[in-house]
Amino acid sequence: MKTLKIFAVALAATVLISSCGDSGQSNNKKSNSGALNNSSAAEAVYVAPGEHDEFYEFFSGGFSGQVSVVGLPSGRLFRRIPVFSVDAEKGYGFDEESKAMLQTSHGFVPWDDSHHPKLSQTNGEIDGRWLFINGNNTPRLARIDLTTFETAEILEIPNSAGNHSSPYLTMNTEYLVAGTRFSVPIPQKDVSINTYKENFHGALSFISVDPEHGDMDIAFQIVMPGFDYDLASSGKGPSHGWTFFTTYNTEKGNTMKEATASQNDKDFIAAINWKKAEEYVAAGKFEEWDCSYAHNKVDEKTHIASTEMRNKVKVLKAADCPGMIYFLPTPKSPHGVDVNTTGEYIIGCGKLNADLTVHSFEKMLAAIAAEDYETIVDGIPVLKYESVVDGVVKSGGLGPLHTEFDGRGNAYTSFFISSEVVKWKLGTYEVLDRVPCYYSIGHLSIPGGGSMKPWGKYLVAMNKITKDRYLPTGPELAHSAQLFDISGDKMKLLLDFPTDGEPHYAQGCPAELIKPNSKKFFKLSENEHPYAIMSEEDARVERDGNQVHVYMSCIRSHFAPDNIEGIKVGDQVYFHVTNLEQDWDTPHGFAMMGANTSELLIMPGVTKTLYWEPKEEGVIPFYCTDFCSALHQEMQGYARVSAKGSSTELKWWLGED
Amino acid sequence: MKLRIPAFIIVLLSAFVLFSCGGETDEATDDQIEESFEVYTPKAEIGPEGIGPIKEAMILGPIDNALAIQGDTIFTNLCTSCHKMEKRHVGPALNGVLERHSPAWIMNMILNPEQMVKEDPVAKELFAEYLSPMANQNLTEDEARAVLEYFRKFAEENPTK
Repeated sequence: MKTLKIFAVALAATVLISSCGDSGQSNNKKSNSGALNNSSAAEAVYVAPGEHDEFYEFFSGGFSGQVSVVGLPSGRLFRRIPVFSVDAEKGYGFDEESKAMLQTSHGFVPWDDSHHPKLSQTNGEIDGRWLFINGNNTPRLARIDLTTFETAEILEIPNSAGNHSSPYLTMNTEYLVAGTRFSVPIPQKDVSINTYKENFHGALSFISVDPEHGDMDIAFQIVMPGFDYDLASSGKGPSHGWTFFTTYNTEKGNTMKEATASQNDKDFIAAINWKKAEEYVAAGKFEEWDCSYAHNKVDEKTHIASTEMRNKVKVLKAADCPGMIYFLPTPKSPHGVDVNTTGEYIIGCGKLNADLTVHSFEKMLAAIAAEDYETIVDGIPVLKYESVVDGVVKSGGLGPLHTEFDGRGNAYTSFFISSEVVKWKLGTYEVLDRVPCYYSIGHLSIPGGGSMKPWGKYLVAMNKITKDRYLPTGPELAHSAQLFDISGDKMKLLLDFPTDGEPHYAQGCPAELIKPNSKKFFKLSENEHPYAIMSEEDARVERDGNQVHVYMSCIRSHFAPDNIEGIKVGDQVYFHVTNLEQDWDTPHGFAMMGANTSELLIMPGVTKTLYWEPKEEGVIPFYCTDFCSALHQEMQGYARVSAKGSSTELKWWLGED
Repeated sequence: MKLRIPAFIIVLLSAFVLFSCGGETDEATDDQIEESFEVYTPKAEIGPEGIGPIKEAMILGPIDNALAIQGDTIFTNLCTSCHKMEKRHVGPALNGVLERHSPAWIMNMILNPEQMVKEDPVAKELFAEYLSPMANQNLTEDEARAVLEYFRKFAEENPTK
């Protein structure tokens, strides 16, 4: 019976997919594929062979820990950038050069949960230089260089526990923020969990960004009451200098939060005046606390990552710093907080509510000036709700999560529970349009979203539930994104496409901001890796005790040397392989049979190192793994392994000379 | 090579979507598809200069020793993985190369190898013989000129029969 039903559904779905626009219009039941007209939707997302997409869109990978690079409107995946998780395909976290990127105060952590990609901004506009993203589980922030599309830097955040409200950078990328989702004892100590109310606090960190090189540094941390800090948004224009964080669990519950954290009618949006915080830091109002955190960075000349452990951080306490923090009451466990493009409105999405709450920045300043306080919580003034709220959007939807803007005075809010996007007007708060999502939308993204200049042509819905949208792949399914055309009055569904991991956010920009700067290869003459060789003439093998260093080169299609003898069981062998190619799209791979690590994937002009401990005597092959030319299958060699203590001479060669 | 596979799949999928629709829109979309492919048209006759940034025959003066020394270094670092002077390696032996090709052709082969092996009849034959593509090592025109001078100097010092 059940099989029959499934078959019927599958049949209906097939008819639906293979039918064309006109038949879809004639039968409303079939139009629940969402697209108005299949052939015109197909045309709108069709990027002809050899043509390029109009936008780059960077999706977080969620529990994959990575970032994926997708083109819009096609939805095509171009690259998965490894960030917080090892990636054997690229040798990330496996080769000797990149291992340090995943070092933390807890040692090597090979995975994280990446959440919110944010592109760097200048004057409130996306500048296409860097992409920042937070790691939620072991609190970290990463910087991706958009000339190489590689992770260049990872900074651990101390005193945090779940780096969720992050990076939400300021309009000139002065700061990235990092608010903790979990409050914890700061510094950590062994206490009963039931002492939550007295011992637990939340840290909000402000991370400065070097304007020239992008280097991250923790400028200061603010110790806050023991709430959960969920999401954030930095001010712009008139509200530049402020960052807003949503909170929930203002009840300070420590168990069964599903119920205990939902008692209060209103939680808070915490408004942080970071310019004021800078003044307090300059005036020496901070305490320096001991802690431990890793700062990992790739050297641009050697391409080697190194870790610097740090042990101090500047901490500001609310009680010592009047005028730095205010609370805006916001119903009901707000998730998203989003400052609109002009910086005038602060939109709170109470996720257990039906309505959206819109605060006015101007009214907030007036309420602060008039000391219009409802109460004081842990030394922090709570502004009167009626004094700061500008309007409420009565949408009829359920479970609002996140809002973005089109730059034309319209806002778009995702509703998880009612599974839809609602378009509404700023200032009048009237609902203009709504479209269903398949299924259960989390966040949404308009290219340029979060900045002062969005490109309001497309909207991407990142849906949490996939079910029957694609051919099934067993119990686990790819998460599903949906692309909408928002250029007209009504939103139109254009495309479904699968995504990698679980995107919690995506941010994009016109391809022209990034494409011209994309690097094609690394100049060999600028390679300062200590084991690099500049030509095949320098290829050699050196022994130092039981360490063997192979200075190897590769080019289409051979390794030099490709025959090596004199390696002994128990040696520690390092293959330092330099790719001598100087052209675009000419990587080589290097794999060693039995090595307890991944392959190397070596970009042109770069040196990468594979570590191998031969355990048995024999002759072991190695080969190139990335198809490189008609003679790729010939790109291979042998390493002879002799017994420990044997007298086999160390020698190497390539060809017969 | 690997980049071409997804494009191929997209063409297939797109073709499927478009061709599976009935009605008038078909013809218009067919035309669009055809327009989007580059139609191969044989180029005008290619001369002894080959094809690339060097458009005209080069007139070479006396050998510049300093330039030849620069060329030796560039050749050693970027070319010797595949080329030996006196014997066939991955690519052809290069002593005497100036007896086989014009200076401009050699420069174009260094600077524009992808198009040369596709369109220049002599380079095409060489590619068919050696199979490994001539790598574009992204030399500047000045660097390629220095390598050419090194070939001249080498030939002077090591004359072929």
